[in-house]
Amino acid sequence: MIALLRRDLTLAVRAGGGFGLGLAFFLIVVVLVPFGVGPEAAVLSRIAPGILWVAALLAALLSLDRIFALDFEDGTLPLLATSPLPLEGVALIKGVAHWITTGLPLTLAAPALGFLLNLEMSAYVWLLASLALGTPALSMIGTFGAALTVGLRRGGLLMSLLVLPLYVPTLIFGAEAVRRGALGLDATTPLLMLAGITLGSFALLPFAASSALRVNLR
Amino acid sequence: MKLTVTDLSVARGGAPVLSGVSFAVNAGSVLVLRGPNGIGKTTLLRTLAGLQPALSGTVDVPVDTVAYASHADGIKAQLTVTENLAFWADVHGTTMPDSVFGAFDLDDLRTRLAGTLSAGQKRRLGLARLGVIGRKVLFLDEPTVSLDGFSVKMFANWLRDVHLAHGGIAVIATHVDLGIDAPELDLTPFRSTAHASGGSDEAFL
Repeated sequence: MIALLRRDLTLAVRAGGGFGLGLAFFLIVVVLVPFGVGPEAAVLSRIAPGILWVAALLAALLSLDRIFALDFEDGTLPLLATSPLPLEGVALIKGVAHWITTGLPLTLAAPALGFLLNLEMSAYVWLLASLALGTPALSMIGTFGAALTVGLRRGGLLMSLLVLPLYVPTLIFGAEAVRRGALGLDATTPLLMLAGITLGSFALLPFAASSALRVNLR
Repeated sequence: MKLTVTDLSVARGGAPVLSGVSFAVNAGSVLVLRGPNGIGKTTLLRTLAGLQPALSGTVDVPVDTVAYASHADGIKAQLTVTENLAFWADVHGTTMPDSVFGAFDLDDLRTRLAGTLSAGQKRRLGLARLGVIGRKVLFLDEPTVSLDGFSVKMFANWLRDVHLAHGGIAVIATHVDLGIDAPELDLTPFRSTAHASGGSDEAFL
C-alpha cells in the first residue's frame, strides 16, 4: 500500500500531475473575493471564515475526478483489483494521497490567505485546526464519489452533484469553528464534530468506495 | 496446481455471450482461446480473473495466483520503465528479477519515461510486468497487439522458458500464431443463444 501512495505522490508532482491545481484555485478565489466584495475591512473579516472554507471545499472538489479516472483510463485499476492489495486499501490510499496533494497544501496556505481577508488574529489557530481536521473528510468523501462515477464519460458533473451534499456538514462545522474563533468564543464543539466526520469517513467510506469500484469494473 | 473451469457462462453488459465453457489447464501448459471478434474472449478472461462475476459455473484456481493483462497496459507515462516495473513488484511484494529487462529487450530503455516509448515498446513493458509480479496463472488478452515478429518470438520464449518452465499456467486470447505448441479452444460452439434468460442483474441496461 505504501508503494501505491508513493507512486501517486510521485505522479502528482511530476509534469501534468495536477499537484498545484487545487492550491492555485484556492489562491485565486481568495485573492479575487476582496475585489468583488469591496475593500471594507470589517466586511471582509466577517465573511473570511466562510470564504476560506468554501474556497477550500471547491478546490478539493476540483481535483476529485482525477483520483480514479486516470487509473481507469490506462488500465491500472483492473490490474490493481487483481493484485494482492485489497480494493478497500486502494481506496483508502487514494483518499490519503488526495489529501496530501490537496488538503495539506490548502491547510498550510490558508493562514497567509486569511491575512488577505483580514481574518481576526484569534481565528488563525482555529482556521488551521479546522482545515487540518476537516479536509481529510473532503478527500475521503470525494474518493467515494470518484469511485461511484469512475468509467462514466463526463462523470465529473454527476460526481459534483453526488459529493456536494455530503460536503455540507463538513463545511458548516468547519466555517463555524473559524467564526467562533474569530469572535473569541470556544470552538471545541464544531471541531469535535469535524473530527467525528473525518474519522467516520475514513472508517466507512473505503468499504463503500471499493464496492462501487467492483461494480464499475465489471 | 491446475486451472479447472466447469460449465461457465459469462455475460457482457447484461447479455449472456458464452455458456457451458469447460476446460482444464495443467501446470506448465498454455491454452489458446480462438474465436471471431465479439465472441466473448475478453469477457471470459475477465471472468476467469475475477473482475466480473460469472452467470453460472465455477472457476477452480488457487486464490492470489492470478494475473490479468488486457489491451491497456496500466503504464504511467510520467514514470520511467524501471519505476513502472518496480511499482508492480512492490504491490505484489516481489523483488524485480534483473533478467526481465533482457527478456523483454528493455535494457536500453530502463531510465526512459514510459510516455516517450513507442506503442510496441509500451506493450513490451506491459508484458514485462507479468515477469516481475510472480503470479502463476496468467490470463492474457491479445498480448501481442502492436508487437513485431521479433518481439512476439521474444514474448513466446519468455512464456515457454521462464513462465511455463516454472510450472506456470497461461490462458491466452490471440489471433496470431505464438509459435508455442499449445492446445487451442475455439469458442464459437459455446456462443450463447438464449438471450434475456434472466441472467442480468443490471436494471438499467
